[in-house]
Amino acid sequence: MVFHGLMEEHRPDHPLADHGGSHDGSHDGCPEPLAAALARNLDAAFERLVRDEIDRLFSIACRLLADERDAEEVAQDALVRAYRALAGFEPSRIEQLAVRPWLAAIVVNLARNRRRRTRTARRGGTPAPHPDQGRATPLPAPRAVPPGTTTPDPVDDDSVASPETVVLRREASAGWAALLAELPARYRLPLVLRYVGDLSTPEVAAALGRPEGTVKAQLHRGLRRLRAAYLATLAAQDPAPAGRAATAATNEETR
Amino acid sequence: MTTNEPGPSPRRPRLDDVETALAELHRPAPPDLPSAVLRALGLADGYDRLPTPIGTVFAAWNGRGVSWIARAATPEAFEAEARSALGRPLAPAPLPTDLRRRLERRLAGDRRARVPVDLRGRTPFERAVLTKALEIPPGEVRPYAWIAAEIGRPKAVRAVGTALARNPVPLVVPCHRVVRADGHLGAYSLGGPETKRRLLAAEGADPDGLEALARAGIRFVGSRTTRIFCLPSCRTARRIAPRHRIPLRSSAEAAAMGLRPCRICRPRPLDGDAALGAHAALPPPWPGAARMPGP
Repeated sequence: MVFHGLMEEHRPDHPLADHGGSHDGSHDGCPEPLAAALARNLDAAFERLVRDEIDRLFSIACRLLADERDAEEVAQDALVRAYRALAGFEPSRIEQLAVRPWLAAIVVNLARNRRRRTRTARRGGTPAPHPDQGRATPLPAPRAVPPGTTTPDPVDDDSVASPETVVLRREASAGWAALLAELPARYRLPLVLRYVGDLSTPEVAAALGRPEGTVKAQLHRGLRRLRAAYLATLAAQDPAPAGRAATAATNEETR
Repeated sequence: MTTNEPGPSPRRPRLDDVETALAELHRPAPPDLPSAVLRALGLADGYDRLPTPIGTVFAAWNGRGVSWIARAATPEAFEAEARSALGRPLAPAPLPTDLRRRLERRLAGDRRARVPVDLRGRTPFERAVLTKALEIPPGEVRPYAWIAAEIGRPKAVRAVGTALARNPVPLVVPCHRVVRADGHLGAYSLGGPETKRRLLAAEGADPDGLEALARAGIRFVGSRTTRIFCLPSCRTARRIAPRHRIPLRSSAEAAAMGLRPCRICRPRPLDGDAALGAHAALPPPWPGAARMPGP
């Protein structure tokens, strides 16, 4: 995969990256160190689990919920529930556990419950808007946004990138997030787990309880749908985005 | 980073590009979130300053309750002490609003304010002692031997003292309300006997009066009207009018006068009594005494 190396950058310790399938019951050849550590001493190893997995769980939750505060709560709640569940498991069962798909499944369920509750609370009214909706700026056409209008994100790690690049990337991300949010759940969930959560395809299949072949097909169709949606947004925009951007820049100067 | 150059007329993105765009939606969790999770589970603690009647102290807490209270010259000093005592990660974090409110009400003498405490790492005996000490109301004191008798270990008086000296959450578990039967207030972990005296006085107890009584050999007071005898600091004992008040040196003396023990403060044969052999006169504990509400 061309961009695999790039994704690895986010998380260099990716034990299951290229031998997916080791989690599906037959574990003997490839024991997952985290599961073994949890089985041996839950309290000591759980801290490592939290630090290793929380970014992934938070990222997944962010893409499944409208509000970042909700995503934070769901990620926290998922880990608290995971700990309580593990505390009741036999060590042998923990050792066999595919930790990452299991955690992802908890987040998916909690996010679903929360969305359902929010929807029930607002019944009759308009559906909860996704935060990224309405600013679906796709990848290009970035100059329409003067740099500095976006509040700098303190957790952004690209300190070497120019402010303009940062703004471009954030705009682009917001656009993709909005397109993703509009996909049907059967495509959105696998895409979020596979690419945002960086799980392997077998792990996604395990997390969602779907056959691996189904997940593969859904990932492929999901990507194609996403691309189609992206191209549709581009087409719906001004056919000469550069001209509009120039106008915006002029307005900025005269102000 | 995207591979296609942003520009006014982008080419049709490859599926790889879409994958990359999705991978860039990965977001690091807020920096405090891992600690918040570990704190919620009691696998790590936060600590904060806490105003109290004896000045500002530091309090460590987690999802299970308050875990460590101590005075310290600096936050760093507290951190070092609490971390080695608790054996868990510890970092500054504001007390949750609800817990702070409960603590403040509790330290102001409101017994209805329930403050959860985390007593993991204490032995079952220590837990029994600390839980029993929680029952002592503000402004009243109980002898070490009283706790020992109440938890069914009447001979473990010294061990009770040790357990209270190792109280991880002084002020919340009011070990300052446990005193020696001979009249001395006894040691106090949070700043010595003077602090203990100050705390008791602030709660409305009369430490000087209690000490004077004990020095005079008075262990209990009885009432001529109710025919009940109490520990001197019991709230019912303090209502006995001076002319009905009977100073008592031992529970045996009380039994000889036909007085029955108060059901609130549950006076027991104390170590002084035991030396006189008086415990034979009153078989401790009195049946049902521990469960019966009210005098």
